Amino acid sequence: MATLKLDHIVKEFDGAEVIKGVDLIVEDREFVVFVGPSGCGKSTLLRMIAGLESVSDGDILIDGKKVNQIGPAQRDLAMVFQSYALYPHMTVANNMGFSMRLAGVPKADRDARVREAARILKLEELLDRKPGALSGGQRQRVAIGRAIVRNPGIFLFDEPLSNLDAALRVQMRIELARLHNELEATMIYVTHDQVEAMTMADKIVVLQGGVVEQVGSPMALYHHPRNRFVAGFIGSPTMNFTEVEVTETSPAGVQVTLPGGDSRLIPVESGNCQRGERLTLGVRPEHLTIEDNGPMGGTVTVIERLGGATSLYIATEDGEWVVMADGEVQKRVNNAVRFGFDPGRAHLFMENGDALPSLNRHPLVNIERRENRIDTMDQQ
Amino acid sequence: MYTSLSRKLLLTLLAWLIALIIFFPIFWMILTSFKTEFEAISTPPTLFFEPTLAGYREVMARADYNTFAFNSFAVSVGSTLLALLVGLPAAYSMAFLPTKRTRGTLLWMLSTKMLPPVGVLMPIYLIFRDLGLLDSLTGLIVIYMLMNLPIVVWMLYTFFRDVPREILEAARMDGAGTLQEVLYLLVPLTLPGIASTGLLSVILSWNEAFWSINLTTSDAAPLTAFIASFSSPEGLFWARLSAASTMAVAPILLFGWMTQKQMVRGLTFGAVK
Amino acid sequence: MQRRASGRTVGGMRALLLQAPAVSLLLVWMLIPLGMTLWFSFQRYNLLNPMISGFAGWNNYTFLLTDPALWIAIGNTLLMVCWVLGITVIGGVLLAVLFHQEFFGRGIARLLVISPFFIMPTVSALVWKNMMMHPVNGIFAWLFKLAGLQPIDWFSSYPLTSIVIIVSWEWLPFALLILLTAIQSLDDDQIEAARMDGAGPLAIFWFITLPHLKRAISVVVMIEMIFLLTIFAEIFVTTSGGPGLASTTLAYLIYLRALLDFNIGIASAGGVIAIILANLVAIFLIRTVARNLET
Repeated sequence: MATLKLDHIVKEFDGAEVIKGVDLIVEDREFVVFVGPSGCGKSTLLRMIAGLESVSDGDILIDGKKVNQIGPAQRDLAMVFQSYALYPHMTVANNMGFSMRLAGVPKADRDARVREAARILKLEELLDRKPGALSGGQRQRVAIGRAIVRNPGIFLFDEPLSNLDAALRVQMRIELARLHNELEATMIYVTHDQVEAMTMADKIVVLQGGVVEQVGSPMALYHHPRNRFVAGFIGSPTMNFTEVEVTETSPAGVQVTLPGGDSRLIPVESGNCQRGERLTLGVRPEHLTIEDNGPMGGTVTVIERLGGATSLYIATEDGEWVVMADGEVQKRVNNAVRFGFDPGRAHLFMENGDALPSLNRHPLVNIERRENRIDTMDQQ
Repeated sequence: MYTSLSRKLLLTLLAWLIALIIFFPIFWMILTSFKTEFEAISTPPTLFFEPTLAGYREVMARADYNTFAFNSFAVSVGSTLLALLVGLPAAYSMAFLPTKRTRGTLLWMLSTKMLPPVGVLMPIYLIFRDLGLLDSLTGLIVIYMLMNLPIVVWMLYTFFRDVPREILEAARMDGAGTLQEVLYLLVPLTLPGIASTGLLSVILSWNEAFWSINLTTSDAAPLTAFIASFSSPEGLFWARLSAASTMAVAPILLFGWMTQKQMVRGLTFGAVK
Repeated sequence: MQRRASGRTVGGMRALLLQAPAVSLLLVWMLIPLGMTLWFSFQRYNLLNPMISGFAGWNNYTFLLTDPALWIAIGNTLLMVCWVLGITVIGGVLLAVLFHQEFFGRGIARLLVISPFFIMPTVSALVWKNMMMHPVNGIFAWLFKLAGLQPIDWFSSYPLTSIVIIVSWEWLPFALLILLTAIQSLDDDQIEAARMDGAGPLAIFWFITLPHLKRAISVVVMIEMIFLLTIFAEIFVTTSGGPGLASTTLAYLIYLRALLDFNIGIASAGGVIAIILANLVAIFLIRTVARNLET
């Protein structure tokens, strides 16, 4: 249990800024995910919180206390590394008990806590094995166990699932979510995988080029991306973008001309948009629908049938569009199709990439995962 | 490629032929040491003969082998331990706290080994004389330690560099200080490498001849000096010379054979990726 | 995981502190004798004749630099180093490939091949001098006679060649050891892929094995160079640099001047020249070879 505050954190490597002033507040017991493309600085930021990298400028506060100059072991946090970083010459039990051994905890207490962690992670059978004799998933659990025994205020995870295969990744994701409930700890999790971010986070921090692009709940990021980068980064397949021209602005929204010539009223704040200004329209593939007299059209080039859903890649005069249709769609490659969308689901971005705020907040935006989980726990 | 038996037999023949040719001088030395002086110089060379220990007895009668052997042992092991002790922190800092100067420092260390010892023999001799280190084990240990230090640092550095950085970071998160990091993690993890570094250092020290001949006379003289004392006057007594040589070489050869696996594993100087 | 450049200033201090013992020891080891050698090299200083003393200026150097012996010795040194390097590297690669194959008794054969590395140079030299290359009773002489040839008096007819043979025998196992370890680390997938592409054994050796060994070869060259430049015992025991100066290397020449002529001044000047030469070689070598050592 702990809170974390980053106050305008800057990191320089050889004169180049890789973290350019990050502000962030992590609440107690919150599950925060740092997400972004590789090289965005998310791992560096995590390592700075861990105390493995020095802070070039700004302050890191844990429970209100400045920790810039405090060593990693004294910050009351534990870290799970991408490579697991288990000590290869120690047994599982010794791996987990190493921090307590260094701290001079008596052997009986140590054993008790290691056994408790092993029970939580279902590692009891493996306590006497060495890491070399474990599978990837087991090593992962030991790495987590090593963090758990320390009973830290904050857990740090650096892409912990990226070395696991897909099935195991799903399983560990669920397990981590369960652990988060059970341990009532604050967790900070770094990943480049947006599915992990969407499924586990209470709060997602999208980073790019050392700058925070947006902070918010998964649904807020999905439904109300603050800019074009976040819109393109969150969601899969990626949002479709096209250039449109403003024909009219009103309190009800912004009227734009679509590539095919039709126009639509998008319900967003018009701000200081002018007639004739060029904006970027963004619509997610799953919000596009196949309609015989839709405003846009083209030829199907590729079809990916997933069973429940179908992705259609459509070549239009305006470039390629991806439409996520249901599994029953009858179209084939080379068919001509027309499609449209609900204007309420579309996004408009200005030239600098910022989104025009939507007039209607999506109802799911304010539902937090944590409340969800506490509800289910109460029911049990 | 199929590995047929005939191919394997051919390989066996070729490899063993080469191995035996390369080993032959050593084999011949050991064989000669069990001959009489007459058999030793006979042509054609005698391969079958009645072995005798006469050569060994004469060597033992003339020189106190045990003292020389003890000196060799003490100097090799002492200088190696000292070199590891001094070299370990340096290698640690080069591997884990690299700066712009690290590479230069390492290369400079190695370059000190290229100085011909003869070039500095006089000054060292005079300094040792003034410090009373001539003909002392301490003196030789210091010289050998300095002689092997660059190689020791380089080897340790390459082994340390292979330790995943995340493991040491995990240890730091677990609350390990530098000393604990080294004792509980680095040393156990790189033990094979440290061992082969030590083995190489022992072998180099054991076989070093220049300093031992020039800086010792009797008290601290190791086996290289022992051999040197047999080389000139006994040039014609091959059996005796072979016996002395065999006695000088046997300990380190056996040691080398026993630790061969260990050494091969570590003698990569970071060349294996 | 990529190694991050550390931006820690505290780290820099700690690095300095940890390196201090090794660096300062080596500095002392280098600088004090170097300083004294430099000082002596400008003095008139002969142990046999204490009457001669005082500042010599550049006399010791001009004496040496105009002495044809110096140039002969430098030539011999280079010749020996190059030959030994050539023999041990090429031989080492071939032997490494051979001893990497599966064959009967491989473990013991390997032990035998690497044995010369453990033998002290003095003993190697003595064994080769007396039992192998002796013009009358040596094994070579006997083999020549068997073949109906006139036995060679190795050390008087081919002194430098003889030294090269002995030194190569000592260092071939070292090259083999390192190259063998390197070969063992070669990925089988690569070889199989090459075979799928239609590469024969020679093509595989040339295009896959040899490039893979580049780093290991650099290491062998570097380490051997360090030791070869200061070869002493082998020459001392066998030819004593002769006949004439035929097998005198630079290191041995300095020894001759210093310990046989007792002329400390000239010997020290020779030492300084040797050090300068060694550093020239070192700089050249380290620049070219060390590039291969870093990833």
